[in-house]
Amino acid sequence: MSYSPDELMTVAASRCVDGNDVCFVGIGLPSAACNLARRTHAPGITLIYESGTIGARPTILPLSIGDGELCSTALTTVSVPEFFRYWLQSGRITVGFLGAAQIDRFANLNTTVVGKYESPGVRLPGAGGAPEMAAHCQRIFVVMPQSRRAFVERLDFLTTRGHGDGGDHRRRLGITTAGPVKVITDVCVMEPDPETRELTVTRMHPGVTRDHVQAATGWPIRFAAEVRETAAPSEDELAVLRHLRLETENAHTAKEPA
Amino acid sequence: MSVFCSLQEAVAEALHDGDTVAMEGFTHLIPFAAGHEVIRQGRRNLTLVRMTPDLIYDQLIGAGCAAKLVFSWGGNPGVGSLHRLRDAVEHGWPQPLALEEYSHAALANAYDAGAARLPFAAFRGSPGELPRVNPKYRTVVCPFTAETLTAVPAMRPDVAIIHAQRADRAGNVMIEGIVGVQKETVLGAARSIVTVEEVVETFDGSPNACVLPHWAIGAIAVVPGGAFPSYAYGYYQRDNAFYIAWDGISRDRDSFRSWIDEHVMRSGPEAFARRASRVA
Repeated sequence: MSYSPDELMTVAASRCVDGNDVCFVGIGLPSAACNLARRTHAPGITLIYESGTIGARPTILPLSIGDGELCSTALTTVSVPEFFRYWLQSGRITVGFLGAAQIDRFANLNTTVVGKYESPGVRLPGAGGAPEMAAHCQRIFVVMPQSRRAFVERLDFLTTRGHGDGGDHRRRLGITTAGPVKVITDVCVMEPDPETRELTVTRMHPGVTRDHVQAATGWPIRFAAEVRETAAPSEDELAVLRHLRLETENAHTAKEPA
Repeated sequence: MSVFCSLQEAVAEALHDGDTVAMEGFTHLIPFAAGHEVIRQGRRNLTLVRMTPDLIYDQLIGAGCAAKLVFSWGGNPGVGSLHRLRDAVEHGWPQPLALEEYSHAALANAYDAGAARLPFAAFRGSPGELPRVNPKYRTVVCPFTAETLTAVPAMRPDVAIIHAQRADRAGNVMIEGIVGVQKETVLGAARSIVTVEEVVETFDGSPNACVLPHWAIGAIAVVPGGAFPSYAYGYYQRDNAFYIAWDGISRDRDSFRSWIDEHVMRSGPEAFARRASRVA
């Protein structure tokens, strides 16, 4: 079965979690990946949206992190301060997925501005839950399409710290969690080098070359000693993902605008 | 002690030009009818506080009500940009907008401290570059462990505005579903306005339901549908199609102005019941 780069990226992200994970889920691709995992290999997974809905089991992908279905299917719904203080800050969440407008070689993320903060070319939405997610989730997966505009030598703004300046920077800041352990894009998978924490390509998607990866990266990208090929999505994974997206699109466009 | 009144009276009484106002509701129960009343009454130079500015603040900013925005995530959820917010920040239209931005955890903690009437909130984290652009990010050293924590001042707005499902006749208010930071916002504010879907004889919820007692609330206005196009759990759903449509409406200054003229300036709180009934 043929598939798009976006589908491969979503499936690869879904395979990063298992049924014991407690996941902080953001809208968009992370939500698709986590709900795909719940419907395929990880039925026991706990999904938490930052609206405070713990153990949500949506039948379609929500448009916002606070759609009613998240609450009505959740095990419990807590206030937003309680969510961030008791559940995230305490270290009880195992996995978080993040995306960004820009990422650097140490997986630091910018979701604030393109250009100067004081006179931005593009004003982006801002931090949301990301800085504390990156600090408190046990591990972080970054999922975003790869291009020179997004994979930059220098961030315009550091919204969310990944591995900071590299090396043991997180530990020196008193952060005990792993931070970004994988960056999954539409061409490859990168993992931080065990020592320097610089992102290193460990897998390339089927048909992708090293030149292709380098052309989509704004710094001289490093490759691991052994670079493997990402496993293609299975028919089952693709069928479940496509069904989920179709149901979602039908539900969100069903009503006429006011 | 809560007082029942019209939305028009509640806003005229509680909210003044230059005030700091927090209209909360985390995706759910966003007080749109009240926001529209603020636009109709022509309030100016407001400092608007909301974790997620959402369409409600996009509308207030585009209508020229705001001098400053305090926030933690300013997008149209699942859709993209808030174009009026961006136009104000990027081009100063219709007027420049000062920003004071936090992460969600920081602002949620600030509201929590506000409700507790503490001077500040302390939390763990790694705020990236935000402290460079927001000097209200500070640090504090734990007197017991010597750990350095991030600190932000408590959020104590002049006015809190929220929407809730029900009030009883004594003026107590009950919120169900995603409760966000509404309780904290009301308890931390000097004055408050609550719009509700309906007034009931008694609440028949769990003993642990989220209830704001009448003596902790200012004004209550009954505005069925008042959270549309966000939603009221148990009453009507979020109009996701409208959130998608807003991207087109708000992208252009003229189409935004004509939308505000038709749906806000030449309309009133009574129109919300009809709007929400389409997504019941």
